[in-house]
Amino acid sequence: MSHSHPIPYRAILRHVLLIAGAAIMLAPFIWMISTASKPQTEVFSSELHLIPHHFALWENLREAFAKSNLLRFLINGVIVTVSIFVLQIMVALPAAYALAKLRFVGRETLFALVLFGILIPPQATAIPIFLLLHKLGLLDSYAALVLPFTISVFGIFLMRQFFKTVPDDLVDAARMDGISEFGIVWRVMLPAAIPAVTAFGIFSVVAHWNDYFWPLIVLNSEQLRTPPLAVAHFRNNEAGTSYGPLMAAAMVIISPLVIAFLFAQRRFIEGITLTGIK
Amino acid sequence: MSDGSMTIDAAIVSADAPRRAPQAHGSRRTYSAYALVTPAATLMLAMLLGPLAGVIALSFTDYQLGAPHFSWIGLANYHDLFADRVFWIALRNTLTYVVIVVPGAVIAGLVIALLIQSGTSLRSFYRTIYFLPVMATLIAMAVVWEFMLHPQFGLVNGLLRSAGLPAFAWLQDRSTALYALCAIGIWQAVGFNMVLFLAGLVSIPKQLYEAAEIDGASSGWARFRLVTWPMLGPVTTFVVVISGIRSFQVFDTVHVLTKGGPSKSTEVLIHTMYTEGFEFFRSGYAAAITVVFLVFVLALTLVKSRLADRGVHYT
Repeated sequence: MSHSHPIPYRAILRHVLLIAGAAIMLAPFIWMISTASKPQTEVFSSELHLIPHHFALWENLREAFAKSNLLRFLINGVIVTVSIFVLQIMVALPAAYALAKLRFVGRETLFALVLFGILIPPQATAIPIFLLLHKLGLLDSYAALVLPFTISVFGIFLMRQFFKTVPDDLVDAARMDGISEFGIVWRVMLPAAIPAVTAFGIFSVVAHWNDYFWPLIVLNSEQLRTPPLAVAHFRNNEAGTSYGPLMAAAMVIISPLVIAFLFAQRRFIEGITLTGIK
Repeated sequence: MSDGSMTIDAAIVSADAPRRAPQAHGSRRTYSAYALVTPAATLMLAMLLGPLAGVIALSFTDYQLGAPHFSWIGLANYHDLFADRVFWIALRNTLTYVVIVVPGAVIAGLVIALLIQSGTSLRSFYRTIYFLPVMATLIAMAVVWEFMLHPQFGLVNGLLRSAGLPAFAWLQDRSTALYALCAIGIWQAVGFNMVLFLAGLVSIPKQLYEAAEIDGASSGWARFRLVTWPMLGPVTTFVVVISGIRSFQVFDTVHVLTKGGPSKSTEVLIHTMYTEGFEFFRSGYAAAITVVFLVFVLALTLVKSRLADRGVHYT
């Protein structure tokens, strides 16, 4: 290409197009921060200005935290996403090891079911699981938020693929040392699988921190709300009157993941792509 | 391993491959194997396969949460569903959403990936920016979009007015609401598709471009048509189907921004299912809607595996 066109022309065109697109992608984030930094009078002015005349971010943040128990909801988000991830690993890792390295009758069937399970969208099973939790009296609890996601067939699939690449010699050596199969999972396979576990962890946390559908269905109590529900409730109760605090609340809700992403974007993108089948 | 579909296909192949002979002291190890898979297998039955069978079974009953009795009513739910105007509106809106968002998000994702990959500077900077919406909680960003689309104080109408163009009440007008949701859907999905295409582009061997150049394909377009596009075939199939499946699941923006309105102009399948199942507790009827949704999603998956099988021939 460098023979037929002068390089700067192409490079400039590339940057112009990419920056124009980037402006569209960033517009909501910039407008969110701008609005969150404006006092009420400036929010409700039809004159467009990005930089607030009077900087009111702290006031809006204070109001957001005062009107809605944001700290509590963030903690709920952490409790739910961490519980889901830890339980997913505890369930998936042993199964993945068995599917990758052990022989037993029904293994092919189980693996076929794992592959089939990946195809089932989460909304498809919502009604029966809701009825089950209702029967068990578990609705409106942390358990209702966590239990349905303790099984991740995708996690099993991903770990199994990874375990296939671990040499059998390593497993045999551990057996020689008298380590039980259960011990091998946690003391040999888990350390070897840290990259895959990290990738899956990123995917799992992003999916469940951002999930709106399931918490909306099973929760009633205010004190159990997860971050997305918190924003939705804030909007329903305050919309039209306090956009500044609402945008401040939105900022708070997205910031844990967005900041983590900005710090480790390469790892995040690889993790999400690797596990992006959902 | 950027392409999940390929991994799965590879996994199926390796599962069929012959195994090594069983090793000694197999029986204790077999016992361990069952102990290791039991929690996963139990939860799979309880939370995945059982509920899947359950939703199909429920769709043939008139079960309502809280009702004392229920009975098998055969296809009556489906008869009601197909006679219901709202269902057809929801189906048409869902298909419209899919038909707009999939090409929009796939083509934009491809173009951005090609632009990023065609130069060497600022690659990771652009990649980060375009991927940002994938990370940000959609509900929070939907609320931001709602304010951007505000008839009086929103950024979009402000820009239109300053350009001398007419303004709209985007989400409150039945002729624009669905398209506004499509725009948000595309905005959110582009970055994910871009990353999949970038992974696909990186894996194209450099020699193919050199060979094309020797054969006289000197223009950028000729190289794209002869090398890039055919080599991206499998990735494109995967991206299209994944985008399609995700678009079929559209719910968050609808529920928080429009509740299916104004006058059902943004009613979509999963939202109808949510309303019937979890607001009116008509479980049987909602199950029938879920089955229709499942049929569409599984059909898309089937299309993908068919095309992926064909793709093998030219890779």
